[in-house]
Amino acid sequence: MGMTSAQKRGFGATLWDWLTTVDHKKIGILYLAGGGFFFLLGGLEAVIIRIQLMSPENNFISAGLYNEMITMHGTTMIFLAAMPILLGLMNFIMPLQIGARDVAFPFLNSLGFWLFLFGGVLLNLSWFTGAPDAGWTNYAPLSIQSPGHGIDFYIMGLQLSGAGTLMGGINFIVTIVLMRAPGMTYMRMPLFTWTTFVASILILFAFPALTVGLFLMMFDRMFGSAFFDAALGGNAVIWQHLFWIFGHPEVYILILPVFGVFSEVFPTFAKKRLFGYTAMVFATFLIAFLGFMVWAHHMFTVGLGPVANSIFAVATMAIAVPTGIKIFNWLFTLWGGSIKINTAMLWSLAFIPSFTIGGMTGVMLASAVADYQYHDSYFVIGHFHYVIVGGTVFGILAGLHYWWPKMFGKYLHEGLGQISFWTFFVGFHLTFFIQHFLGLMGMPRRYWVFLENQGLDTGNLISSIGAFFMSFGVIVFLINIIYTTIKGKKAPRDAWGSGRTLEWTISSPPVHYNFKQLPLVRGLDPLWIEKTEGNEKMTPAEPVDEIHMPNGSILPLIMTIGFTIASYGFIYQTGNKYWLIAVYSGIAIALICMLTRSLKDDHGHHISKEELERVGD
Amino acid sequence: MSHDHSIDPKSMPKDPSKATTEGKHKFMGLWIFLGGETVLFACLFGTYLALRNSNAGGPTTQELYGLGLVFLMTVLLLTSSLTSVYAIYHMKNNDFKKMQLWMGITALLGIGFLACEIYEFAHYIHGYGFTFRSSAFGSSFYALVGFHGGHVAFGLSWIITLMVRNAKRGLDLYNAPKFNTFALYWHFIDVVWVFIFTVVYLMGMVS
Repeated sequence: MGMTSAQKRGFGATLWDWLTTVDHKKIGILYLAGGGFFFLLGGLEAVIIRIQLMSPENNFISAGLYNEMITMHGTTMIFLAAMPILLGLMNFIMPLQIGARDVAFPFLNSLGFWLFLFGGVLLNLSWFTGAPDAGWTNYAPLSIQSPGHGIDFYIMGLQLSGAGTLMGGINFIVTIVLMRAPGMTYMRMPLFTWTTFVASILILFAFPALTVGLFLMMFDRMFGSAFFDAALGGNAVIWQHLFWIFGHPEVYILILPVFGVFSEVFPTFAKKRLFGYTAMVFATFLIAFLGFMVWAHHMFTVGLGPVANSIFAVATMAIAVPTGIKIFNWLFTLWGGSIKINTAMLWSLAFIPSFTIGGMTGVMLASAVADYQYHDSYFVIGHFHYVIVGGTVFGILAGLHYWWPKMFGKYLHEGLGQISFWTFFVGFHLTFFIQHFLGLMGMPRRYWVFLENQGLDTGNLISSIGAFFMSFGVIVFLINIIYTTIKGKKAPRDAWGSGRTLEWTISSPPVHYNFKQLPLVRGLDPLWIEKTEGNEKMTPAEPVDEIHMPNGSILPLIMTIGFTIASYGFIYQTGNKYWLIAVYSGIAIALICMLTRSLKDDHGHHISKEELERVGD
Repeated sequence: MSHDHSIDPKSMPKDPSKATTEGKHKFMGLWIFLGGETVLFACLFGTYLALRNSNAGGPTTQELYGLGLVFLMTVLLLTSSLTSVYAIYHMKNNDFKKMQLWMGITALLGIGFLACEIYEFAHYIHGYGFTFRSSAFGSSFYALVGFHGGHVAFGLSWIITLMVRNAKRGLDLYNAPKFNTFALYWHFIDVVWVFIFTVVYLMGMVS
């Protein structure tokens, strides 16, 4: 069942191919597309928020709609935009970097993607009947009291997409441990692979806490339990703990992979080996470890007491140490390098000061005493947008510009790239820098309006103007994608000429089995080693022989549709018990898919030696 | 790497569950998955510990729990873990019939455990009016113990499906990893029960 034939296929066949694909590269692209779509949606919500806050006592949207807008902006950006885009990059690039032909569980990979997508769509369908409105943190008892079905959509949507993410995490861990090419020892793995690995561990241990939190919330709202109901002895703070035991590692899930991206971009464009590779690896682990020890710093004002607050404050400040190690290692990588500036590099260079500002305000917030002043103010908004936009979004854009030629075989346009960079970069600082001061002057977060002549008018106006700059930058980036798709310059294997890692040894875009022969890895930065010894290519670690590949399957999609139907049923059965039919039939569909998967043997297929030799490299 | 693609080779290797790449992947994947499950149960334990005294005027843990039934349940489940070890021992020696036999006994013990648990829940609900909705204690109890019971039920349908599916064709390199991962999962369920027995029932009797 060879699929390599380059014949023109009809639209139906192409669609079917994408719906059933288990190829990690296609799933990666699907993640990027899905995450990109939600990024635009979340960005639109952000612009609406900024229009509402552009002038004092504005009436652009109602108070209720404003609450829905901030909730959906936060939830969408974290769960449906940033994380899926990162998962997309990991999916596409990581197996190439370790010299693997696929991931350990291709079927699960596909299921994870569909669960994310349908979870996101489900959550956003709430816009038609009333979106969730208790903030992205969804604190009880507010969320328990919230009327309508908005919160229910939040619960089921995140439960679905969270399950998908967990599957992705397990898959990546096993892939990295068991599927590295010959010679690719742990300490020869590229940093992006390392950070994918560590972020996957974080996903593994953090997401189940969210799963439990969402289940308890679901039971309380839909089945009358009393976890958060003080009248029956419940305790609303349990939600906060569960949410942040998940939520704090989550921000490291968002930032560690882009640390990996920068650690690839800097050496490539400075033509220097990454400074302090070993320290970088250990700093990654240290950040991940400490990331689990600090969740209560989101709860300093809850009243856990001075001892708990002090411990969590100190642990939080400690994270600045490994992060500082990383910042200095990047600077030293650049030091004395033969630096080439392009869009990918601009995003990376802009990241360093922007993120450092976010880190500095993070240490300020870590001081429990001072936090009583900052808590729930715009200072916090300024802080986390500096780390998430200045870190994660910059990193994603750096990674997209860096790997676009590998993923699609064409370079993004450099001029358009720089226009989008500069407008977005200026807009970003315009929007968020002033918010620190708005917060210190007393502006609380999540408020629908502010009064005039309290010193907040100009600051908010500046912030809103910045948001338009950022929107402009995003639009230019979209134009760039369209332009590149139509007329982009074709990229060779080693697209930047100074690639160091295995993904640059194979064609752009790669064939579906990635490596005709698995490469022999002789050290860190394997391609660079071969280049310094004058070799054109990697030394193969095996003769050309037939390759075993997994079969595509439509089951993950159908299974996900089953779960989505069941989720709808759960949401609406509170009002009308007939909706239980949807619950049962949805779960039945999912179970039948699982049963089919279990009963029907699937041995995959082989690409014959003859076919491989015909295709060439 | 072996180029013998047969899942049913002339002579089966010792421990057929880890003879293929897929088998190795599945084994490690399930271990990793259990890491996530540990956090899931840890969160439920934490919730239970925080709420177990919030009985809202209903029965307390001492009034509710009786160790007799729980002891029986513990014996059933722990024994089922042992019988699944026997099953895997025979699987590694490629003795399919004996593996099926011991897996069957494992499933029966699991069903016995589940029956006891359903009886226990019914007893609490009808005898004491202690339900999922009556207090925060009730919610957290049924959530924790119920999640475990749900895992047992899922495990039972898993192993029964496997046994029925493969009854006629015997053991090969494709299905051996499936039995192996089930056994690993089953041990985990057992370990969780040991914690439930201690934290919920024993600690509930003394405090």
